[in-house]
Amino acid sequence: MDLSQAYDAMLGDLAGAFPLVLLAVAGLVIVVWDAFRNNDPLLPYIAGGALAIGLVFEGSQLASEQTTLFYGNIRAGGFAAFINMVLLGGTLLSVVLSVPYLRQIKHAYGEVYALMLFATVGMMALATGNSLIMLFVGLETMSVCLYILVGLVRKDEGSIESAFKYFVLGAFATGFFLYGIALLYGATGTVYLHEMQSGFAQSGATTMFWAGVGLLLVGFFFKVSAVPFHMWTPDAYQGAPTTLTGYMSTTSKAAAFTALILVLYYALPPERWTTVLAVVAVLTMVAGNVLALAQDNVKRMLAYSSIAHGGYILVGLAAGTAAGYSGALYYLLIYSIMNIGAFGVIALLEWDGKIGREQTMESLSGIGTQRPFLGLAMAVFMFSLIGFPPFGGFFGKVAVFGPAIDAGLTWLAVIGLLASVASAGYYLRVVYVFSFKSADERPAEAPATGTGFNVPFSSLAVLSLCVVLLVVVGFIPGLRDVTTHYFIDMAVAAGTL
Amino acid sequence: MTFPYLLTLVIFLPLLGALLTLVMRDVSTVRWMALGTTVATFLLSCLLYVGFDPAADPSVPQFADVTGPLISHAFDVKYFVGIDGINILLVMLTTLLGPIIVLSSWHYIAKQQAAYYGLLLLLQTGVLGVFTSFDLFFFYIFFELTLIPMYFIIGIWGGEDRIYAAIKFVIYTMVGSLLMLAALLYLGYLAGNEVNAGVFTTDYFNLLALEIPLGTQTWLFLLFALAFAIKVPLFPLHTWLPDAHVQAPTGGSVVLAGVLLKMGTYGLLRFCLPLFPNASFSWALPAAVLGVIGIIYGALVARAQPDAKKLIAYSSVSHLGFIVIGLFAFTIEAMQGALLQMINHGISTGALFLLLGMLYERRHTRLMTDYGGIAKSVPLLTFFMVFSVLASAGLPGLNGFVGEFMILLGAFKSTVIGSPGLIALATTGVILAAVYLLWMLYRVFWGPITDQANAEMDDLNGREFAILAPLAALMLFIGFVPQPFLDKSDVAMQHLLDTVEAKQASIAEAAADESPAPPAARAAFDGTTFSVETNHRPVP
Repeated sequence: MDLSQAYDAMLGDLAGAFPLVLLAVAGLVIVVWDAFRNNDPLLPYIAGGALAIGLVFEGSQLASEQTTLFYGNIRAGGFAAFINMVLLGGTLLSVVLSVPYLRQIKHAYGEVYALMLFATVGMMALATGNSLIMLFVGLETMSVCLYILVGLVRKDEGSIESAFKYFVLGAFATGFFLYGIALLYGATGTVYLHEMQSGFAQSGATTMFWAGVGLLLVGFFFKVSAVPFHMWTPDAYQGAPTTLTGYMSTTSKAAAFTALILVLYYALPPERWTTVLAVVAVLTMVAGNVLALAQDNVKRMLAYSSIAHGGYILVGLAAGTAAGYSGALYYLLIYSIMNIGAFGVIALLEWDGKIGREQTMESLSGIGTQRPFLGLAMAVFMFSLIGFPPFGGFFGKVAVFGPAIDAGLTWLAVIGLLASVASAGYYLRVVYVFSFKSADERPAEAPATGTGFNVPFSSLAVLSLCVVLLVVVGFIPGLRDVTTHYFIDMAVAAGTL
Repeated sequence: MTFPYLLTLVIFLPLLGALLTLVMRDVSTVRWMALGTTVATFLLSCLLYVGFDPAADPSVPQFADVTGPLISHAFDVKYFVGIDGINILLVMLTTLLGPIIVLSSWHYIAKQQAAYYGLLLLLQTGVLGVFTSFDLFFFYIFFELTLIPMYFIIGIWGGEDRIYAAIKFVIYTMVGSLLMLAALLYLGYLAGNEVNAGVFTTDYFNLLALEIPLGTQTWLFLLFALAFAIKVPLFPLHTWLPDAHVQAPTGGSVVLAGVLLKMGTYGLLRFCLPLFPNASFSWALPAAVLGVIGIIYGALVARAQPDAKKLIAYSSVSHLGFIVIGLFAFTIEAMQGALLQMINHGISTGALFLLLGMLYERRHTRLMTDYGGIAKSVPLLTFFMVFSVLASAGLPGLNGFVGEFMILLGAFKSTVIGSPGLIALATTGVILAAVYLLWMLYRVFWGPITDQANAEMDDLNGREFAILAPLAALMLFIGFVPQPFLDKSDVAMQHLLDTVEAKQASIAEAAADESPAPPAARAAFDGTTFSVETNHRPVP
């Protein structure tokens, strides 16, 4: 490598990684600003502005060719632009929802927005990284920020407990992940994803290689909360501030899944993981849905449900075909919209104090009759999460189960579909407490009883956007094609990347 | 008179009305808007009826609108709707019941009216989409879409146990339809590989061209048939129906009995029989046996009900059994009879639920013991009730007789079912229907008046009369001159039957050629089962 040119090349690459840089700088600005004018209401606008600009930039890159930057460490353009848009969009919606929510629960700290931006930088690095080192750096940047965000409600022992649990278990997973990377490097002699297969072909199936892959997968399974590595999820999701639960349950999962897809697609010998992934998928779908049935706390229920959704995505991965991977990517987009929306509605119903943050099923009684819009929005989110047409969730399920059936894994798709029947049990429960029960069936000590609550305009706009997107998303033919395109047409480029 | 996108307009006009209810506040405006939308939909659909040419080539849908590919360019999934002899009458039934249901809910629905009428209109779009879709994927979307509004209609405006009934209704139907989705995706990929150059397809005519091997056909048939059998509902999958019917408000019951159940029988006729002909032939006898059990069991349970609405609900189980027998008889008389009976059941059972709803509005009870002797106080209502009961029981001269007679006649001749004794057993269902329906009539309308409230009941008002009169007229008209209606579907049904028989023979022949020695065939079958999996795990 000629170092004299390296400086120019890297400087040029900065422009390609513009959103990454922009978000990091904006995050730093927020930290400094916050130090001088504590919790300035202007801070979320800085974050939102940076995210919006990043979103527009990535939108312009969607159609461009995929390239790698920084000597093959990060992808840009095409596929990377798509997943970055999902991450930036999800973060933007969560920031908008968080502003009134954090004020409502009296924890409107400025650093939240800096942490969200830093976490998003980590997610983007994780999702678009092309070397195992980059994946690790991204993963850690994301995780450390999320540990802090989960424990945001400092005076609530539940929140502290969940942050601590998440941190300790996360640290273990990171260890596995790193150890896996080390072994893989030892076995193949490279950390770059696209070179790993040729490295494998040279060295052959050594024990070290398989051990490395196994450990790496454990790390990934932890981050996407696949059963049996899901233990942290319900606690962390329940303890975190609700809009941030929506944020971490969607974007961090999308980033980790994308990285997993790329590792499976580029780095590992093709189609050797069907059985492992299928078994984990079955466990995840069944356990997630069955455990969710037993929950009375709404956030905890949604946490288990998000585990189950990870299982559906794993079905697409287990198919092991380009269509399956692209279906999983498509599912991530739709899943992000519906989950952010669902947590967004729950967030509106909370208030200050411990009891204000405990949303049981009964405490939601009659919200839909009081506030028809919330009833409608929640119904759309829940039916979409079940997978009812014409909402997005249905098309997502078709996108992951279809390729599985095509790949001969019909039994896996059937288990997934039957698990969705179980999921109807708890999602429909939310719909009926919202719309079928009346407000006076709410227990007296429940949050949001009595006096009306305000629905801020910004939240209303975000929720309406989510609803509209879920209704139309399945019928936009271009969208599904975009994800397919990355894996089928651009697979040609895989060898050169 | 016809114009482009007429059919699409008919399907989506109610949806437009549903969206309008989102911005309407005033109850009266919403009601009139809903009535206007449904009437306009009905009038537009009359253009379809008039413009439909029953003698035209039955393999080309008329008024077809095609847009696509939607979803993805890599999938041949289109919005493809059209009218042919099989669905024209069902479309007319749906649009006719639209304004009737709106009018019947006029005062019955006392809360959240905007949402109610919005859901009702959404439901109508869903049902019309089901009946007109020629793309299996969109058929599925519309099929599932009907569940959502029905869940709310039962759950919000239903009786005491409405939540239980609503959830049971959705979960029950979902089990079937999600398994059908798995079969649908499998079928789409199979058809794509065989007849559509490797592109996933759910186009009805592509699927028709596909000849599916016997083993695959059987389990695809079973998954599809399960979904439709739950919807019909066929014994022993009927337990959701009485709960849903009893708890639903009148309007919901009428939609449920009138058109939603027909989606099951229509699905069997449109998709199950022609796509999986061999499996349909071999499962015809079991289906007919379940149909007969349904007829007799439904009738006996209906006889034992103290609740009039539940009685009519079980009578649906009984009546739908006839339709299933007719469909699986594979003779032109029986299948034509089954199609006509779908319409008949929609009209007469719809009318019965409307009448019970009117009684409930007056006395707020459905128990037959709370009534008695009301023929004196409400003569007009009694007249319509007697009329509908006789139609439902199959009195010659009214519509029910024509359909049931054709079904039984065709089924006796059927070589596919091949069991006249079984059909003779089904015939007892006609007698049993007379028993439980007349028993209900006697207990509610005759006998001594025991309650003063019954003596002071008001007779039908103008609105109620306007709801019932067209239904009664149709019962009489179909009863005396069924031919114009049968003519609509004659060519199409004969074509469908020919297609099924030709395909069945062709596939059976191919299967016979392939398996001269049974052990070899067995080995080949095992081979395919495992080779699929081994394909994806190459050993390096």
